[in-house]
Amino acid sequence: MMRVNVTVNGRPQQADDVWEGESLLYVLRERLGLPGSKNACEQGECGSCTVRLDGVPVCSCLVAAGQAEGREVVTVEGLAQLAGRRTEDGELAPVQQAFIDAGAVQCGFCTPGLLVAADEMLERNPNPSDEDIREALSGNLCRCTGYEKIMDAVRLAAARQQEAV
Amino acid sequence: MTRMPSDKAPTTITQGSRAEGGIGESTLRPDGTLKVTGEFAYSSDMWHEDMLWGQILRSTVAHAEIVSIDTGEALATPGVHAVMTYDDLPTEVRHYGLEIRDTPVLAHGKVRHHGEPVAIVAADHPETARRAAAKIRVEYRELPLITDEASATAPDAVLVHENRHDHHAGHVPHPNIVHRQPIVRGDAAAAARRADVIVTGDYTFGMQDQAFLGPESGLAVPEEDGGVHLYIATQWLHSDLRQMAPVLGLPEDKVRMTLSGVGGAFGGREDLSMQIHACLLALRTGRPVKIVYNRFESFFGHVHRHPATLHYEHGATRDGKLTHMKCRIVLDGGAYASASPAVVGNAASLSAGPYVIDDVDIEALALYTNNPPCGAMRGFGAVQACFAYEAQMDKLARELGLDPVEFRQLNAMEQGTLMPTGQPVDSPAPVAELLRRVKAMPMPPERQWESSEGADVRQLPGGLSNTTHGEDVVRGVGYAVGIKNVGFSEGFDDYSTARVRMEVVGGEPVATVHTAMAEVGQGGVTVHAQIARTELGVAQVTIRPADTQVGSAGSTSASRQTYVTGGAVKNACELVRERVLEIGRRKFGSYHPAWATAELRLEGGKVVTDGGEVLADLVDVLEGEAVEVEQEWRHRPTEPFDLRTGQGNGHVQYSFAAHRAVVEVDTALGLVKVIELACAQDVGKALNPLSVLGQIQGGTVQGLGMAVMEEIVVDPATAKVNNPSFTDYLIPTILDTPTIPVDVLELADDHAPYGLRGVGEAPTLSSTPAVLAAIRDATGLELNRTPVRPEHLTGTV
Repeated sequence: MMRVNVTVNGRPQQADDVWEGESLLYVLRERLGLPGSKNACEQGECGSCTVRLDGVPVCSCLVAAGQAEGREVVTVEGLAQLAGRRTEDGELAPVQQAFIDAGAVQCGFCTPGLLVAADEMLERNPNPSDEDIREALSGNLCRCTGYEKIMDAVRLAAARQQEAV
Repeated sequence: MTRMPSDKAPTTITQGSRAEGGIGESTLRPDGTLKVTGEFAYSSDMWHEDMLWGQILRSTVAHAEIVSIDTGEALATPGVHAVMTYDDLPTEVRHYGLEIRDTPVLAHGKVRHHGEPVAIVAADHPETARRAAAKIRVEYRELPLITDEASATAPDAVLVHENRHDHHAGHVPHPNIVHRQPIVRGDAAAAARRADVIVTGDYTFGMQDQAFLGPESGLAVPEEDGGVHLYIATQWLHSDLRQMAPVLGLPEDKVRMTLSGVGGAFGGREDLSMQIHACLLALRTGRPVKIVYNRFESFFGHVHRHPATLHYEHGATRDGKLTHMKCRIVLDGGAYASASPAVVGNAASLSAGPYVIDDVDIEALALYTNNPPCGAMRGFGAVQACFAYEAQMDKLARELGLDPVEFRQLNAMEQGTLMPTGQPVDSPAPVAELLRRVKAMPMPPERQWESSEGADVRQLPGGLSNTTHGEDVVRGVGYAVGIKNVGFSEGFDDYSTARVRMEVVGGEPVATVHTAMAEVGQGGVTVHAQIARTELGVAQVTIRPADTQVGSAGSTSASRQTYVTGGAVKNACELVRERVLEIGRRKFGSYHPAWATAELRLEGGKVVTDGGEVLADLVDVLEGEAVEVEQEWRHRPTEPFDLRTGQGNGHVQYSFAAHRAVVEVDTALGLVKVIELACAQDVGKALNPLSVLGQIQGGTVQGLGMAVMEEIVVDPATAKVNNPSFTDYLIPTILDTPTIPVDVLELADDHAPYGLRGVGEAPTLSSTPAVLAAIRDATGLELNRTPVRPEHLTGTV
C-alpha cells in the first residue's frame, strides 16, 4: 500500500492505502470522488477515461497510480475551469456547450473522454479540418451517435472559438 | 467523502429555460449538462462508504459437468466477506429468463457455455475479490459440444437442456431447437413454375456484440426491512424485478429498483447480468455491494446478436416481378433461450423484406447450442434476414439486367400490401420513395483523397497505416432497404405506465412526469418533457428518475419507447388536462360562457379557447390544488402467429429505411473505406428531429460495423470466445465512419401517437447489406457472409 499525491483540476489531492496495481482511473473514480472519467474498457482501447497528465491526453486506465505522483491531472470535471483560464467564459467549456447544442451526447459514456481529447486538440489546432478532427478523436469510441454529431460539435466549438478571438 | 446513491444519483432533471420546446422541436437533452461535466451518475459510478465489491467466477469451458467446487481457500482470504455457489441460493427458485426461465443464477451440476457464472465473491477491494475468485477450485468433466445445427439435431445429440417444459417444447422438432416458426402463404412451388429467373443463395451472418460502452454494473444496498435497493443500468426495470424477486425470496415490494445512468444498451441489457448476484451478496453480508464488469467480462456477461445461416430462393418474371420466395433461417441461440423465440418470430415474419411476394414458404428456427447465449440486439431477426434478401435482390436484378434500385421499386410494398403472415400493412409504407430519395442524393466526389500535397491517407482504405496512395483502389456503390416491426409482437400485452402531476411551484405551473422508462441514451427523457409541454402548455417540466415506485414502462427496445411510453405520457397528460379544466370550470366557469361551450386547451401557462381567447392563468386554476394521474396505456393488440402456417396480425407497426453506400476498396490488401453511407427513413413524425438523426446515424454505423469489422469469434472446436476485448473485437472509430447524410420523411401513421413511427432499429437493417452491395460492386466478388474480412477480398480464402 502507498500514498499518492497528485494535483487534480488545480487542487492538491492525497490518496492513502493505494494498492500498487491501482490505475490512475481507479484512484480518481473510487478514492478521490471524481467518477467523470469513465471505465468502458480499462484496457486503453476506448478513450472514455482520457485525462490530461501534465497537459498530455492519456488513457488514465493505463497509468499506474504511482506514475501520477507529483503530477498535474485535468479531468472532465476540470474542463470548464481549464477553459476559464483561457477564455474567462461561462460555466461550461466551449467544447462542452457545443456537445450539448449539436446533439453529440446520447448515452454520454464516451463524452467525458471525447471532451478532454477534443478540448486538447482545439488548444493545439484551433482551425482543424474534418480529417484533423477524425484523427485526433480516433482513440475515442462512441457506440451511440455514429460520430456525425460529434463532428458537428467539434466544428461548432472551433467556429465559436474563432468568433471569440 | 461519501457519495450516497440516494442523493448523488439518479439525478432529477428539470428542463425548461433553454427551450420553449414542444413536440417537433429539437429540444436539447435535459441531462446534457450533467453528462458533459462528468456529474451524471452511471451505474458504475455508484459509491457507498461501506460498500464491498462483488466478483463473479465464470466457467473456463463451454460444456461440462461440475464434479466439485472448493471455496475454502477463497473464503479464507483476508478481506473476503462472502463466497456463494448454487448451494447457497436462498430459495428453490434458482433460474431466470426473459420468456423461458432456463438460466441458472449460478451453475448447478453443469455449465453450458464458456463464461457461465459459477460462484460469486464479495470483498473489500475489487482486486481482493478477483484474486479470491481465482482461488475457487472447480473441477469439470467435459461433455460433447453442440455448436451448430448438425451437432444439435444429430440423432444421438446431447441435449443442452433436458426435461424442457417451456411452452415451445411441445411444437419443436428437436429439444435442441428453442422455437421454430414456419410461414406458408400461397403456393411457392406452383409460383416458381412461372419464374423466368430463379436465384438461390446461402448466406452467413456473424455474431455481433452490442458493445455498449457503460459496463454492466450496479450497487445493491440492503435495507432495514430485510429488502434490498438496487441501483442499476437496465432496459426494463420491472422485467428485472419480476425475475429477481423470486430468486431472492423476497416479495416484489421489498426489491426496490432505481435506474442509474445507463451507458448504452442496444438490446444487451434486456437480460439480467449482475443484478441478482449483487443483491444476493448484499443480503448475505448486510453491506452494500457494487459489481462492475470490466470489458473482458462484459463480453461474457450479456447475450449477443444471433449468428445465422440463411438459405434463400427467389424467382422473378422477365419483366422484373417477383414470383415467389422460399427461405430457411437458422439462428444460433447459444446455451440459454433469452429472446430467441421473439427473434425467430421476427426473422420469419420479416424474411420477405419490404416487397410484394404473394407465394412464400418460410422457416425460421433458433438452436440451443453450447455457444455464447444470443438474444436481443437492435433490429433482431430482421437484421439477419435483410442482409440475405437484399443480396438476393441484387442477384436477381443482375440476372434480369435491371437496375438494382428500379428492380426493388418495381416490387416495393406499399400501404395495403399483405405481409407473408397475411397481415395488411395499414399505414404508409414508402419503400419505393425512400429508395428514390436515397438514390437522388448527390454522390460524393471521386478521389477525395487527392490534394496538392499528395494523397491524404486518412481518407483512403488503410488510413494512417499508409498502405496505399490510391493504387489498387476502386469504388463501388450499393443500395438496400429494410422493414422492421415496432413494439412487442405476437400477442404480447405491450403496455406502458405514466404518472403526470401538475401543480404550482414557485408561482409557476409545473408538470412532473414519472415513468419507469429506461433512458439508455435515446432521449426518451427529452421527448417526455416535449410531450408534457405540448399537452399541458407549461414551460417547466420535471422528469423524475425512473424507478419501480411507478408502474411498468415496458422495455426500451423494439423501437417502442417513444410510441408506447410516449403514448402513455400523452394519455396521462390528456387526463390531467381534463381534470385541470374541470377545476377551472368549477372555479371560474361562471365568469365566461366559453368555459362551458368552447374547446379548451392549455397553452403558454393559460387556459385558452380554440380561438385563442385567454380564460384563466393556470396558476390561478391550480392555486391550492395539485392534479395527478397514473395510467396504463396500450397500443392496438396483436395476435400470435399460427404455429403451422405463420398467419396472424402479429405486429403493431412497421418501419422502413433505405441506404446507399459508397465504398472504396484497396483490392490488393482487401481493405475497405466506407466513403459515405446515406440514409432515407420514414419516421411518421419526428418528435425531436435532432434525436431522430442521432438514432439514424448511430444505427447506421452499427450496421457498418457489422459489414466490415465486428464479429465475436467462437472457436468451433472448443466453443470458447477468442476475442473478448476491444483490442480484438473492433467497433467503428470516427476514422472508420463516413459522412451520413439523412433524408427524413414524415408520413403519419394514424394509429400511433402524433403519427410517429419507431425510429431506432430500421437504420441498422439496411446499412449492412448496402455496404456489402457496394463492396460487391467494387470487386465483383459474391461475398455471402458478413462481416467481410480482408482475406475474403484478396482471394486468400
